[in-house]
Amino acid sequence: MHHLEIRDLTASYGGNPVLRGVSLDADRGEVVSLIGPSGSGKSTLLRALIGLTPPTGGDVRIAGAPVDYRRKESVRELRRRMSIVFQQFNLFQNMCVLDNVTIAPVRVHGVTRAEAEERGRELLAKVGMAEKCEAYPDQLSGGQQQRVAIARALAVRPEILLLDEVTSALDPERVGEVLDTIRALAGGGITMVLVSHEMSFVREISTRVVMMDQGQVIETGSAEQIFVRPETERTRAFIGSIIRH
Amino acid sequence: MTGSLADQLAAFLTPANAAFLLGALGRTLLMTVIGCGLGFVFGMVLAVLRRSETPWLAPLRFAALLLVETFRRLPFLVILILVLFGTQLLAPELSLLGIATVAVTLAATAYLSEIIRAGLESVPRAQVEGAAALNLGSWDIYWRVVLPQSWRVILPPAAAFMIMFIKDTSLASHLGVVELTFSGKIFINRGFSPVLGFGAVLLLYYALSALLARMAARLETYLAPSRNP
Repeated sequence: MHHLEIRDLTASYGGNPVLRGVSLDADRGEVVSLIGPSGSGKSTLLRALIGLTPPTGGDVRIAGAPVDYRRKESVRELRRRMSIVFQQFNLFQNMCVLDNVTIAPVRVHGVTRAEAEERGRELLAKVGMAEKCEAYPDQLSGGQQQRVAIARALAVRPEILLLDEVTSALDPERVGEVLDTIRALAGGGITMVLVSHEMSFVREISTRVVMMDQGQVIETGSAEQIFVRPETERTRAFIGSIIRH
Repeated sequence: MTGSLADQLAAFLTPANAAFLLGALGRTLLMTVIGCGLGFVFGMVLAVLRRSETPWLAPLRFAALLLVETFRRLPFLVILILVLFGTQLLAPELSLLGIATVAVTLAATAYLSEIIRAGLESVPRAQVEGAAALNLGSWDIYWRVVLPQSWRVILPPAAAFMIMFIKDTSLASHLGVVELTFSGKIFINRGFSPVLGFGAVLLLYYALSALLARMAARLETYLAPSRNP
């Protein structure tokens, strides 16, 4: 049984179909990277998985248990096991760094404040932000905010972590620090599904790479297979266009 | 009463007159603060209701829209008269001050709900999505994420509305509520010079709005502190 199973998932955005039947699997602890051109549905797939853009059809199972996106309770259960890091961080601007990280454990997961703060400080230390617990998001650089956002997503102890173009909004010199943080998480038992345009990073970290185009999966394989021996012309063209640049 | 202004001043400055003026000031303050305070609470409820997306709340959303748009378009004097006749049917024992306070509440609800709605809408949708993805409930999302970030946009126009509305409560004198403006008229009827009667009224209106403006500024620095000056 796969940890995450997606079958024929469809979703639309403002009436336009964006996902046209996506199927993919991830085993526990795997790092699955979604690549493909803009508008291919990579980000929508992540948003659909966590129910922000509810799927219109198909089937999602976590450890064999089906998710019913029309039922609030099912989505709440899903979000206890899965969290997401956004391209634009989406940190709560009115809260200091530590409060951003502790609000969900305290308000949703019934953890005591003291316990949540202790774990929050641990996580912030892990992402190199221990010194900034009392700072507010608008006092931090993009890279720092994104590392806090990763700590916030980890604070709810997810089994599955979604990362949506987490370095796309950063200054080039800040990309490395965020990638280092993710690299340190990979292989730690948490299943990751990420969208990224950092191809060398994708190639290095992924146990599975999924090439998407026009809302469909074109090809799935190991990083080696997708980057070196792609089977489809579309993947070859996409990889070729990236490597040329 | 005749005589020089100086003679009149001595007759004007009595404890009884002071008590009378303070009573009138109290009624003006009561109508404004209770009316706008309740208006803020009801306005918040309407604003949240109008932003809701739950399908079965659609009739309530429409009712809220109708209420807000109607009372924003009616002159305050007309609202006063409507409430006067309305309460004669529904609550005939309600005092004139009570009637005026209900009218202020209705007008304030309509205006403040629009101000609050604009404030809530100023918070990027991404903040709500971030909170929803973390499983925060609707109450937590509003109370801990959206509202704290809206104060900056809500408070200045809401305070300006309340301070402006202090002056509109003078229309309640048409109903016979002895508020500040009415008390000025009464002094003139008793023979005092308008300079004294309305001079005192002017000072009290000024003091009242200055006080409320100060309190609003305090509240703003407390609820919407600016971290990056």
